[in-house]
Amino acid sequence: MIDVMLLLIIVVCAIFALFMKDLLSATIILGIYSFIMATIFTRLNAVDVAFTEASVGAGITSVLMIAALSRTKRYEYHYTKLQRRKPSALFLKVISLLLVIITGAVLVYGTIDMPEFGDPEAPANKHVSPRYIAESEHETSEKNIVTAVLAGYRGYDTLGETTVIFTAGICVILLLRRRINT
Amino acid sequence: MFDIAAVAVTIAIMITMYRAIKGPTIYDRVLAGNAIGTKTVILLVLIGFVHDRPHFLDLAVVYPLINFIATIAFLKYREMGRLD
Repeated sequence: MIDVMLLLIIVVCAIFALFMKDLLSATIILGIYSFIMATIFTRLNAVDVAFTEASVGAGITSVLMIAALSRTKRYEYHYTKLQRRKPSALFLKVISLLLVIITGAVLVYGTIDMPEFGDPEAPANKHVSPRYIAESEHETSEKNIVTAVLAGYRGYDTLGETTVIFTAGICVILLLRRRINT
Repeated sequence: MFDIAAVAVTIAIMITMYRAIKGPTIYDRVLAGNAIGTKTVILLVLIGFVHDRPHFLDLAVVYPLINFIATIAFLKYREMGRLD
């Protein structure tokens, strides 16, 4: 019930962000989109992904988009009817629509042979997880398996992720700090 | 009980979405976005209790911090016309 409602909000957000002529409003709506998406990830029990989505999607992406808007224009370029009816413009529209459809089809094709959500027979649940459950406490002397995997087995991966988040935080501070005007 | 509360909060998010989409001025939209961020926090806490995992509370506490970064950026852009 909640899932369907949240997905509905996501679709509404995406459609209105596309049709908004004021790009600042579109940025705000994309921020809302990220928050709802993070909630959906939490519903799917992927808490760390949800957290990254909330901090990167709602926080940093919004700041970077506003920074880009402050250097360009706030409103979308308004095409006149004559410009919109030109064959070259129509051709570009058809090409971009085709590209989007092909990309979507390829992505859907990629999910066809994926195992069902929560399937106990999935390869990830058959080969990797049992070993972590059986050995992680003995190998890393850490009781929490998730912590053992993130900070022990995938230590370098986590180091890289932390570096990325740290760099993003520095960027936000650089953009938002107050500069004394001379 | 928690399920019903979660659905009610989701309906509240939908109503706030109307203001975010329709809102005549940019400030309505900023306010709606902020309100939706707050409601997301409550929804997260409720989902945590539905799944019987109360440690979602820790996660929910950090969300408002993220929520106000974007708001500060919007308001600074509106006040100064630029970010740096």
